Amino acid sequence: MSDTHAQTVPFVRDTMLPSAAPPIRESGAVRWMRENLFSGPVNTILTLLGLLIVWFLIATFWDWFAHSVWNASSLNECREIITATWGDTARGACFAVIRERWNQYLFGFYPRELYWRPTMTFGLLMVALAPVLFSASLTIRRVVLAITAVVTLWAMVVLGAPVVWLAFAVLVLAGGGYLSERNITWLLPFSALYPLLGVWLLWGGSLWGPIFVLVGPALGWVAWRLLSRVSGLLATVAAILVTLVFWMVLAGDATGDAERMLSLSIESVRSDRFGGFLLSLTIGVAGIALSLPLGIVLALARQSDMFLIKSLSVIFIEFIRGVPLITLLFVASLLLNYFLPPGTSFDIILRVIIMVTIFAAAYMAEVIRGGLAALPKGQYEAADALGLDYWKAQRLIVLPQALKISIPGIVSTFIGMFKDTTLVTFVGLYDPLKSMSDAVRANIEWKGIYWEPFIFVGGIFFLICFGMSRYSMYLERRLQRDHR
Amino acid sequence: MTDVPAPAHAPFRLSMLVNDRRYRSLTFQVIVFILVMAAGWWLIDNTIRNLALMGKSFDFGFLWSRAGYDISQTPIPYTADDTHLRASVVGLLNTLIVAVLGCIAATVLGVIVGVSRLSKSWLFARLMTVFVEIFRNMPLLLWILIVYAIFTEIMPPPNAYRGDDPAASMIFFDHVALTNRYTSIPTLAMTNDPGSLDLGARITFNWATIAFVVALVGGWFIRRAILSHAQTMQDRTGDRPVTWWKNLAVMTVPSLVLIWVFGLHFEAPSLQGFNFTGGLNVSNSLVALWLALTLYTAAFIAEIVRAGILSVSRGQSEAAFALGLRPNRTMNLVILPQALRVIIPPLISQYLNLTKNSSLAIAVGYMDLRGTLGGTTLNQTGRELEAIVLMMLTYLVLSLIISSGMNVFNARVKLKER
Repeated sequence: MSDTHAQTVPFVRDTMLPSAAPPIRESGAVRWMRENLFSGPVNTILTLLGLLIVWFLIATFWDWFAHSVWNASSLNECREIITATWGDTARGACFAVIRERWNQYLFGFYPRELYWRPTMTFGLLMVALAPVLFSASLTIRRVVLAITAVVTLWAMVVLGAPVVWLAFAVLVLAGGGYLSERNITWLLPFSALYPLLGVWLLWGGSLWGPIFVLVGPALGWVAWRLLSRVSGLLATVAAILVTLVFWMVLAGDATGDAERMLSLSIESVRSDRFGGFLLSLTIGVAGIALSLPLGIVLALARQSDMFLIKSLSVIFIEFIRGVPLITLLFVASLLLNYFLPPGTSFDIILRVIIMVTIFAAAYMAEVIRGGLAALPKGQYEAADALGLDYWKAQRLIVLPQALKISIPGIVSTFIGMFKDTTLVTFVGLYDPLKSMSDAVRANIEWKGIYWEPFIFVGGIFFLICFGMSRYSMYLERRLQRDHR
Repeated sequence: MTDVPAPAHAPFRLSMLVNDRRYRSLTFQVIVFILVMAAGWWLIDNTIRNLALMGKSFDFGFLWSRAGYDISQTPIPYTADDTHLRASVVGLLNTLIVAVLGCIAATVLGVIVGVSRLSKSWLFARLMTVFVEIFRNMPLLLWILIVYAIFTEIMPPPNAYRGDDPAASMIFFDHVALTNRYTSIPTLAMTNDPGSLDLGARITFNWATIAFVVALVGGWFIRRAILSHAQTMQDRTGDRPVTWWKNLAVMTVPSLVLIWVFGLHFEAPSLQGFNFTGGLNVSNSLVALWLALTLYTAAFIAEIVRAGILSVSRGQSEAAFALGLRPNRTMNLVILPQALRVIIPPLISQYLNLTKNSSLAIAVGYMDLRGTLGGTTLNQTGRELEAIVLMMLTYLVLSLIISSGMNVFNARVKLKER
């Protein structure tokens, strides 16, 4: 064949034909459908079943949503409007109840003229969370802070906040934005002070209370500095003792005296006025913030070599995980006055927060223990080989990796706990789901309204929980250090 | 190379309790022990003083006094004249009923949804994702209330089924009637009732039930014997005897014979006057609680199943195919054992969660353990401390039993590693 060449071959193509378009079955939407919807008999059946489900859902609910009424003052008025507009047999949603009663679902029985206070508290919460949650990305921080600022200030103006407090909010938000641009870690002191500020804004009362709470650790620090040259241990013990003694003995009287000298108080709101999502978020945020550190301590205790510490934490974790949250809430509402010295009683919301916290902490401990167990033993040995002591090894080597592994579990514990805040209805608090809906239905105007409040409340829960799970995915991606 | 002299044995000093690693953990444990003991003593002392102030005592005698309240669903005979103890047992059984039914249904639904999420049908997989996300991200209480409201507000009253042209009709070929007070389902009936075995305390077991259990368990053991015989034959001769029809026979024939002997049949409910009779009228609180627990837990189980299947790498099934295993053998011998190892532990905790979540029965008035012992009994006797302690201990024991039972199962399916 060696003599076969261009001259001896009768025809040689020297220009290529333009490539033909692929067959219609193999391109565009048709191909996508062939591959993703009708790739085989089973998939075809499933797709048709899916279409059937979608059609059924639309056929059942479309009219109801399409015929929704937003402007009415009672369920009967809603029905009259629906009948008048769409005929006798039409059924429609009456979202007017949300328009009329949104404030109860969001704030419970919080005084109406003070709605701006919880609003500002949760706006500032985002500022306090920014250095913790969004420390890595300036862009996300800008978006979050900008949205927070606009929404918070708008809501405060609408809800009639006094000018002084508007100025305060503007100041904090602008300061947060400025620090976020410069160096986000400078915002951490605000995050540390936020719990006291938040509690004070929500419950009101004298500003001297939180100030004297702060004075305790400050005095403790002074004691530690004075004694730390003598003995480290002695200094630590002294610092804790000084703080506790100040809180228990002096802080209460000092608050009263200071208040008499210079009154710095805002109108106080009792716990039984809390309700709706204000209650859920208060319990949820406090529980989340407290249960993570407690869970870490419990997990470390369970992994400890010390027999007594290990057994105590195993007993505690297994006991809490073995009983339903409802029974713990009953303990909080019925039994705590048996366990405390006669005559003491403290706030029901605080009791519930404590119970929810230890409940979530037990689950958290198990999640984190999984992360600790998943860490290769070499990491512990390497930390020992570097001569790090226990706490340094945990803080610098072990926990950062273990917590990273357990992020999905930690966040789903948070989500579970936030959903469980609805159970406070069974100890007489006004959760947005049951008690508040029952309270709204107790009025003659809204008797018999079920679905609209469920949709409203469920939608808000969905947004928050879904947002948390998406955030955990983002965090996992961000903290991924290995190369794939 | 010089010998390093051994460090002189330092005499014990008090500061070594804190600074020496050998003693520090001991010191620390002693301090913690003292603190825990002090806290425990403080709590107990407070409780004793409070009880004395209130003029109460700590004893469980109230369990043997007359309960005096009715329970709507009684798995064992119970009247208002029975004791609080028996009421509590009825409540516990009701908890177990809803928990077991819920675990079974949630597993079935969860596996279907979890596998469907991996389906190649884009639309169906997306629908299942929506199902999972919606049910996982809203509180269980919401689902219980919604399902209960659907039953009480939308379902027709029993008398809607009356007349020649009734407003409502029964579903499942005239076997199930959904009403706003109960769900009427067919019940099992026998023409030749063999009577019951009396266990005392008015707890009875029908002989037919016992016969069926014996038949099934016996059949299962015979099946195992047949299979092990087949294995021996295969090892000896290389030929495996055909076993499938023998297995089928020992598992089904005894039961079929028993069905024929006892004349077992379904009795569909029918409308007599204003109510359905003949069938079993299940209260809507049970149905709503069961459905809501099922849907909610199924969403979590679906995610667990999906993660388990995805955790088996593709190379495993490819290797199995390369060895010439057929698809169903691949599934049974290669994929499932590895997927189950990942699936079982979180599945156990979902079962535990479902059992504990069944205490939300309080929202629909279903009389479970919390409704009897922690509800009416507590309110009637005023013994909060004893009732709640007993209730918590019961739940704790229940959880420990479930988790230990499932751990045994887990140990059996777990891949044996070094």
